[in-house]
Amino acid sequence: MSERLYPVSLEVNGKRVEAEVPSRQTLVDFLRDTLRLTGTHVGCEHGICGACSVLLDGEPVRSCLIYAVQAEGASVVTIEGLSQPDGTPGALQDAFCEAHALQCGYCTPAMIIASHALLESNPAPTEAEIRDAIGGNLCRCTGYQQIVEAVQFAASKPAKGAR
Amino acid sequence: MKAAPFEYSRPASLAEACALLAMHGADAKLIAGGQSLVPMMAMRLARPAWLVDINRLDELKRIAIEGDAMVVGAAVRQCVIERDPAARENLPLIGKALRWVGHVQTRNRGTVGGSIVHADPSAEIPLVACVLDATLVLRDASGTSEMPAREFFFAPMVTAIAPDQCLAEICFPIWKGARIGSAFDEVSIRHGDFALVSACAQVALDEDGKCLRAALGIGGASPFPHAFPEIGAMLQGKRLDDKAIAEAADAAAGLIDPDGDLHATADYRRHLARVMAARVLKAAREDAQ
Repeated sequence: MSERLYPVSLEVNGKRVEAEVPSRQTLVDFLRDTLRLTGTHVGCEHGICGACSVLLDGEPVRSCLIYAVQAEGASVVTIEGLSQPDGTPGALQDAFCEAHALQCGYCTPAMIIASHALLESNPAPTEAEIRDAIGGNLCRCTGYQQIVEAVQFAASKPAKGAR
Repeated sequence: MKAAPFEYSRPASLAEACALLAMHGADAKLIAGGQSLVPMMAMRLARPAWLVDINRLDELKRIAIEGDAMVVGAAVRQCVIERDPAARENLPLIGKALRWVGHVQTRNRGTVGGSIVHADPSAEIPLVACVLDATLVLRDASGTSEMPAREFFFAPMVTAIAPDQCLAEICFPIWKGARIGSAFDEVSIRHGDFALVSACAQVALDEDGKCLRAALGIGGASPFPHAFPEIGAMLQGKRLDDKAIAEAADAAAGLIDPDGDLHATADYRRHLARVMAARVLKAAREDAQ
């Protein structure tokens, strides 16, 4: 028996996407498996690790806790959508490199999504605010200190172009 | 870690959602923020045949002050009530509680009503609803009914809601007076994790520091959020000094019967309940100054 498919129309990184999805397909599986946007990682699949964070209508959410069909009409931004228009890293991504804020890289796209959302609403966050913003994202290389420093570093530089 | 197949519908009104619930009964499940239901479906602890999505129903997103109550729609997102100026002014305890609820990403999706109907015994919003003696407004295909939050919770994830009912609104009583203070505190393994024990209190004091009204509750140490109206009555009319607070905390620790598990023994939970009860009563007293 094949599963019923549901139409969904949404915007992903500024591009309109129309698709038919099984109701039980999560947004992260849709992004990775259907759209081949594999920058969003999938970790625990039950909302604990934060690795699948994306921006949904500008706010960071866990894409494993939303079914793709529920994103009808929404605007989704993934890590691929945060680079400069020419594909080079944005200022925040550069700051992660500068501060050695990634080791294995598994948590990195979601850390950048969470930090990006923070800096959009609060361009000069305190260390406590940064730690709160990434509090829902696990890093198992124990790199939190450098991640916090990277966000501080990005915040200290005047924003030019994409973050 | 993938949900079992289900049929999905996104009704355009609460009446339509209730009609779907009446039609499918226990085979249907409402989804709002999904921050607890989706993990349960991923783990196949929940396998609804029908998922009825109420995320877009504006009738469930009302925030209003009506008489002496703050009415919060069940599908109001946690991040919205956290930032709401009227809630901050009239219902500061909910904002204090929300700081302990999950993380930014989950509060951006999770709803006030979803947390209540999910009924995790360590959850913060159900505890606030019980401590403040909130009223729950339930809708089904035949109409509306009301139930005190204190009668709603039976056991972990077991409530009085019928399969064909939808929690529509929560009416939180607003305390009025010059000196009202509140506090919420909890102990968990990491911030944002399930609370081992949580506690919250709200007090109203007169000019001399005498207690006009007090409400205290403990979460995570009973199968349901535990409010103690008897302790509120015990404190009423007394000076809220450290001795009265210690007696109240002892009484609260005596009224609970916590379970032990992998994370904390029953004795440790009881100890925490006593310490945290005293801590939130003191913090509420300071807040009321």
